[in-house]
Amino acid sequence: MKSRSALRTPHSAFLLISPTWLVLGLLFLAPLAIMLWLSFQQRGLYGGIEPGPTLANYVRSFESGYTIIYARSVWIAVATTMTCLLVSYPVAYYIALKARPERKSLLLALVVIPFWTSFLVRTYAWMFILRDQGVINSLLMSLGIIHEPLPLLYTPLAVMIGQVYAEVPFMVLPIYASLEKLDRSLLEAARDLGAGAAAAFWRVTVPLAMPGTVAGIVLVFIPSLGTFITPDLLGGAKGMLVGNLIQNQFGPALNKPFGSAVAMTLTAFVLALLWAYAGWARRRGEEVAL
Amino acid sequence: MLRAVTWVVYAFLYAPIAVLVVFSFNSERQTAIWKHFTLDWYRVLFRDELIGHAVVNSLIVGVMATVVATVIGTMAGLALARHEFRGKRATMSLLYLPVIVPEIVVGAALVSLFGFIAMRLSLTTVILAHIAFSISYVALVVRARLAGFDRSLEEAAMDLGANRWQTFWRVTLPLIAPGVLAGALLVFTLSIDDYIITSFVAGPGATTLPLQIYSMVKTGVTPEINAVSTLLLVVTIGLIAAAQRLETSKR
Repeated sequence: MKSRSALRTPHSAFLLISPTWLVLGLLFLAPLAIMLWLSFQQRGLYGGIEPGPTLANYVRSFESGYTIIYARSVWIAVATTMTCLLVSYPVAYYIALKARPERKSLLLALVVIPFWTSFLVRTYAWMFILRDQGVINSLLMSLGIIHEPLPLLYTPLAVMIGQVYAEVPFMVLPIYASLEKLDRSLLEAARDLGAGAAAAFWRVTVPLAMPGTVAGIVLVFIPSLGTFITPDLLGGAKGMLVGNLIQNQFGPALNKPFGSAVAMTLTAFVLALLWAYAGWARRRGEEVAL
Repeated sequence: MLRAVTWVVYAFLYAPIAVLVVFSFNSERQTAIWKHFTLDWYRVLFRDELIGHAVVNSLIVGVMATVVATVIGTMAGLALARHEFRGKRATMSLLYLPVIVPEIVVGAALVSLFGFIAMRLSLTTVILAHIAFSISYVALVVRARLAGFDRSLEEAAMDLGANRWQTFWRVTLPLIAPGVLAGALLVFTLSIDDYIITSFVAGPGATTLPLQIYSMVKTGVTPEINAVSTLLLVVTIGLIAAAQRLETSKR
C-alpha cells in the first residue's frame, strides 16, 4: 500500500510540474520581466539601449500621434465584436434551439473547422477577393456594373471583414453553449403567461444566455485588440493598429524600449479586462478558470 | 428566416476558402476571371527551392516543438488533474497566460529575452518559442481528459502488484493516450501555422513556411500562393479531423 500513496505525494507532483514551471518561467515570465525592464530604459544609437530608468517611453506612448492608434484599435475591436455578435447570435440560436439534434455536432464542426486553418491563409483569401483585380471587382467589371475597380482592399472595412471572419467561431461556441443549457420550459412558461415571441426572446432567452454572450464578447474583443496580420495585410498604410506599432518599434524603428512600453500597456489593459470579466462571472456564481 | 441567416453565415465562412482553392487551378495569372483548369501553379511550387527549404524548416520546428511540449504538457496535465500541491492555482494562471497575452507581445518579449542573453536568433530560438506557447494547450487538454478518469483501475493494478512505472505505462498512459495525441496534433497545427511569434524570433536561414508565404503575399498576390495555401489547408484540416476523432473516441 505504500506505493499507492507514493503516487499522490507532493514529491511526484513536484517532479511532474517542475519542467512546466522551468520552461514557462524562462521562456514566458522572464521575457515579460525583461520587457518590463526595457520599457523603463532609453533608446540608444542603432537600436541599442541606454540605461534608464525613465518614464519617458510611457509618457511618449500617450502623445496624440499614438493615442489615435489606440483609439483606432479599440474602435476596430469594438466594431468587430459587435458585428461578430450580430452574425453569430442567429447561428448559435439556430444550432441550439432549432436544428435537429442529430445534426448539431456537424453544424458546430462546420463553424469550428475554418478556425483551425491558417490565419494567414484566411487573411490572404480576403486579399484575393477584395483587391482591384480580385474576385469582387473582376466580377462587377465583367458584368459592366462598374468600370473602375472599387477601392475595397487597404481600408478599415477590409480589416474588419478579415477580423470578423477570423473571430466568428469564438462568438458562436460560447453563445451556443449557453443557449443549449437553457431550460426550454421557461420559454414555454413565458409564452403561456402571454409574452409574445419577441418579449420571450428579450426577457428570457437573452438574459439566460448572457454568460455565454459575455464570454464570446471577451473572446473576440481581446484578440482583435492586439491583432497584427489583418491590419498589416488588409489595412492601408494609414490603418496602423497597436499590434503594428509594437512590431514596428521592434523592427524597422529600432526602438525596443518604446515598443516594450506600448506592449506592456496593451498587456495590462488586456489583463485588466479579463480580471473585470472574471469578477463579473464569479459574482454570478460561475466557475472561472483564471 | 433564422435558417436562411445561418446558411448565409456558413457561406461567408466557406466561400473565401473555396474561392482560394478554385483559383489555384486557374490558368489566368493577373485577374480573378476563370480561364481554364491548370496544375501549373502546383508545378511551379514544387520546383520552388525557397518554399522547399521553408517546408523543411517548418517540419523540423513542428516535430521538435510537438515532442517536447507534449511530454512536458502531459506531465503538467497529470499533476494538475490528480495532485494537490503548493502553487496549484498560480500554475493554472501561469498556464492561461500564453493563451491570453497577445501573440505580438509574446513575440516581442521573446526577442527581448534572446537579445538580453545575447542568444543568436536561429531555428533553435524558433523551436524554443514554439515550445513556450504550446505547453499550455497540451496541459489543459490532458487535464480535461483526466477529469473523468477512473482511478480505481490504477489502484487495482497496484493492488495486483504493479509498481508505479508499470501502472503508468500499462494503465494510465493507454487511457489518456487519445487526449495526449489530440494535444500533440494541436501543437503541431499551431506550430506550422504560426506567423507572428516566429517572425520575431527567426534568425537568417530559419524561414518557416508561414514566413515564406507572408513575404510572398507582401510582394503581391500570385496563383502560386493560392496553390501553397490550398496544400496548407488540406494538411491542417486533415490533422484537425484526426485530432477530433481521437478526442471523441473512447470517451
